[in-house]
Amino acid sequence: MAVATFGESVKRTEDPRLITGRGKYVDDVRLTGMAHLAFVRSTYGHANIKSIKTSAARNAPGVIAVFTGADLQEELGGLPVGWMLPDLKQPPHPPLAYETVRYLGDAVAVIVADSAYQANDAVELVEVDYEVLPAVVNGEEATKDGAPQLHEEAPNNIGFDWEVGGGDYAEAIKDPDVIVVKERIVNQRLIPNSMETRGVVADYDVGKGNITLYTSTQIPHLVKLLFSLVTGWPEQKVRVIAPDVGGGFGSKLYLYAEEVVAGIVARQVKRPVKWIESRSEAYVSTAHGRDHICDAEIAGKKDGEIIGIKVDLYANLGAYLSTFAPLIPTYLFGLMLGGVYKMPNIDCKVHGVFTNTTPVDAYRGAGRPEAAYLVERMVSRFAQEIGRDPIVVRRKNMLQAHKNGREVTTGVMYDSGDYKGNLNKALEIFDYKQFRADQRAARRDGKLLGVGIATYIEICGMAPSAVASSLGAGAGLWESSNVRVHPTGKATIYIGTSPHGQGHETTMAQLVSSELGIPIEDIEVLHGDTDQGQFGTGTFGSRSLAVGGAALFNSLQKVKAKTHRLASHLLEADPKFVTFSNGTFAVEDIADKTLTIQEVAGQAYAAANLPDGMEPGLEEVSFFDPQNFAWPNGTHICVVEIEQDTGKVEVQRYVAVDDFGNVLNPMIVDGMTHGGVAQGIGQALSEQAVYTDDGQLLSGSLMDYALPSADMFPMMELDRTVSPSPSNPIGVKGAGEAGTIAASPAVMNAVVDALAHLGVKHMDMPATSEKVWRAIQDAKEAQRAARATARAAK
Amino acid sequence: MRAYVETSGKGPTMSTEITVTVNGTAHTEAVEPRLLLAHFLRDVLDLTGTHVGCDTSQCGACTVHLNGEAVKSCTVFAVQANGAEVTTIEGLADGDTYSNVQQGFWDEHGLQCGFCTPGMIMTSEALLKQNPNPSEEEIRAGIAGNYCRCTGYQNIVNAIGAAAKAGK
Ligand code: FES
Ligand code: FES
Repeated sequence: MAVATFGESVKRTEDPRLITGRGKYVDDVRLTGMAHLAFVRSTYGHANIKSIKTSAARNAPGVIAVFTGADLQEELGGLPVGWMLPDLKQPPHPPLAYETVRYLGDAVAVIVADSAYQANDAVELVEVDYEVLPAVVNGEEATKDGAPQLHEEAPNNIGFDWEVGGGDYAEAIKDPDVIVVKERIVNQRLIPNSMETRGVVADYDVGKGNITLYTSTQIPHLVKLLFSLVTGWPEQKVRVIAPDVGGGFGSKLYLYAEEVVAGIVARQVKRPVKWIESRSEAYVSTAHGRDHICDAEIAGKKDGEIIGIKVDLYANLGAYLSTFAPLIPTYLFGLMLGGVYKMPNIDCKVHGVFTNTTPVDAYRGAGRPEAAYLVERMVSRFAQEIGRDPIVVRRKNMLQAHKNGREVTTGVMYDSGDYKGNLNKALEIFDYKQFRADQRAARRDGKLLGVGIATYIEICGMAPSAVASSLGAGAGLWESSNVRVHPTGKATIYIGTSPHGQGHETTMAQLVSSELGIPIEDIEVLHGDTDQGQFGTGTFGSRSLAVGGAALFNSLQKVKAKTHRLASHLLEADPKFVTFSNGTFAVEDIADKTLTIQEVAGQAYAAANLPDGMEPGLEEVSFFDPQNFAWPNGTHICVVEIEQDTGKVEVQRYVAVDDFGNVLNPMIVDGMTHGGVAQGIGQALSEQAVYTDDGQLLSGSLMDYALPSADMFPMMELDRTVSPSPSNPIGVKGAGEAGTIAASPAVMNAVVDALAHLGVKHMDMPATSEKVWRAIQDAKEAQRAARATARAAK
Repeated sequence: MRAYVETSGKGPTMSTEITVTVNGTAHTEAVEPRLLLAHFLRDVLDLTGTHVGCDTSQCGACTVHLNGEAVKSCTVFAVQANGAEVTTIEGLADGDTYSNVQQGFWDEHGLQCGFCTPGMIMTSEALLKQNPNPSEEEIRAGIAGNYCRCTGYQNIVNAIGAAAKAGK
């Protein structure tokens, strides 16, 4: 019987089922009479649908029904947008296209069959007659005159123009001492690739008119709400269950077409239906991430003082607006352009652009990795330009440490942090001086060694609802909890967040155990079933502990207050003299007057002797809405070695110092950091979604998209600083995205550092062997040419 | 429920009878020749611990042991396993006692979402059978055919190292 404490690396309670194959993911749901769905998807990037012939498919073995977009146009409604911006263009987004397909993979029809094999066979028998239209896939090209147009509602394919800033950049660079460095920064499109693809099982109760959706999602409650809004299905008759979910990284944070279609089709055929996304399908039908083309400028003085940054960004939205698409390249990007620096002048313009590609939305970090990459690349680029050490330049411009709120140029309030402290600690672990000496020696031996530093800060803990709503959020972003202590003193809690690898069953139980003194094995954590508990927002934006944990903490305080009052009453003592620790109430100075929380819980239900006015039972609910966001920050250092002859980049060392505020379970936080860093290294070195000009996805399977494997990484060295966040009662900040945010600039700064002596100043991600090899050849060629010119001049 | 039973009445599907011993129990079933072993395990035998994470034989989530060797069960037809012995993740623990690898994954936090885990564990078992004392580099190379998107592999490498130690 172990009572867990805050800060202890408690082993995960989820794991026994998951290491024995007893987890339950959507594809493991089996219902009597269940039929299977398969989608017919567009094979073109842009085309009009002239006709769809379904008769052969309808007559195929096992096929129960075939529906086209036109068949279900009324019932399906349109997919919603959950974040508004001024003048946002919202073209209709039918779950099944019926007139025009706008990206490869846009669904046009759905097959219902007895088995998944039969459903997939029948897909081949559907004949769609397309009139192919010209396509555009590049976010900048799409805004030019004469570019193919996607939506009538969005002239020049512009979904929105947005800006943010502070100070006066244009004025500041008029100073003749100011040096302006310009660079085109491309943040390539990524494909999230959670190892479990998406999937949904829809179970229609013919008698009651209820629908249950089992779906692999990060936001079961929002899926329930949005499903009900788009289909008109009464919300109380919709139940959404997120069972074990095999990763998400932002890609399962929306209402998807297939969820709506499955629900409606189940009602049509009066059978449960299942759809499991194939991996190749996931490449085109699950939202992508990043895809920024950006003209950036950084301005500063010879002594290293940075005076501002200017950004003009084309953010590719894909063919339609996914649920949170307008939020990602705007607030989550633009507000972070000051990084951990004073950065007194910021000028940021963002153009959200429709193209004939899969919709783009949040992917781990969502907007913040793009901002940190841009800022950290530009700061290093600036340091290189003025011939100063990148660490000296960073230190010179960093914000001072603060504990309780610091307003920055973009108008937001960072909560707490010791930015130089992070940097110093990372440098200490790393031994920078030694490295530079090693690097010089390596260069003499013809080896290419480079170091990259990246600092970051990120807006997390979504969110103060009033702030979010004033910026365009379509729903409150608070979080909720319900704590039910049973008559035996064991507890069941329901949390509004929805884990998909984060280990909430462990950490939330750990919080309950540490607060109430109930052994962790006596605590059951429920989540992800909208019929089991109150509304919750979900798991994304590193918010689960900072907002959801805080909601749980508040419920626990209510339980403590009630049991304290009841215990005092039962012990016939003045509450002032009744203490509570380790699950036991005691009267100060009287040794034998004690009651355990289990005994008090029993009495709360027996209700034989309650204080005046106290209701029986022991169950509390809290909804927590923070006053500010939480702001994790840190410094990461990476060393790469590049093979001269092949351009192959190897990450040799990786040091990360992060400030996540207080840390509830260090083991879990470290694990999340490892995973985040790996995704950032993946972006820097190998991952990239590539479209042809006419909208075919070349990197459309795991064979063509270079997902990182175990042999790409060194052992990462992690450490922390701790500045408790004043934004929530437990002082935590969130750890889910940090690694991804810091890693790609750290790696790319290292790659450029390794090649800097050859004259290389910037390279776009991913730094593949080919790209690096070409950069080396070009640099050598340029050096040879320069030498020749110099000789000729002599 | 059998997932591959014909109910639409639009003609029979060809099927072949096979006997496969899975986790020590022999199963005789009539299956379509094209049925993948992964789907046979999951949908015919209801052993859903074996996961399917891709359709190009890349991810390794479906790894099982076929006659003692690690194979990607999405790349084997069920009929090819006729007469064979198959071990899946469900057959690894001895009652309540986990294998060293399973225990290592739990102790070292070698999993997060758990989706890659069954395949990762089955691959690790085979790796340690071939090489009971692998270096970090050998571990990383040995699991390079299994993708994990959550852990950055670090604690998986630690878990396999811990299992190797426990096996001594
Ligand atoms: S399912 Fe991916 S390799 Fe078998
Ligand atoms: S634990 Fe999620 S993919 Fe490995």
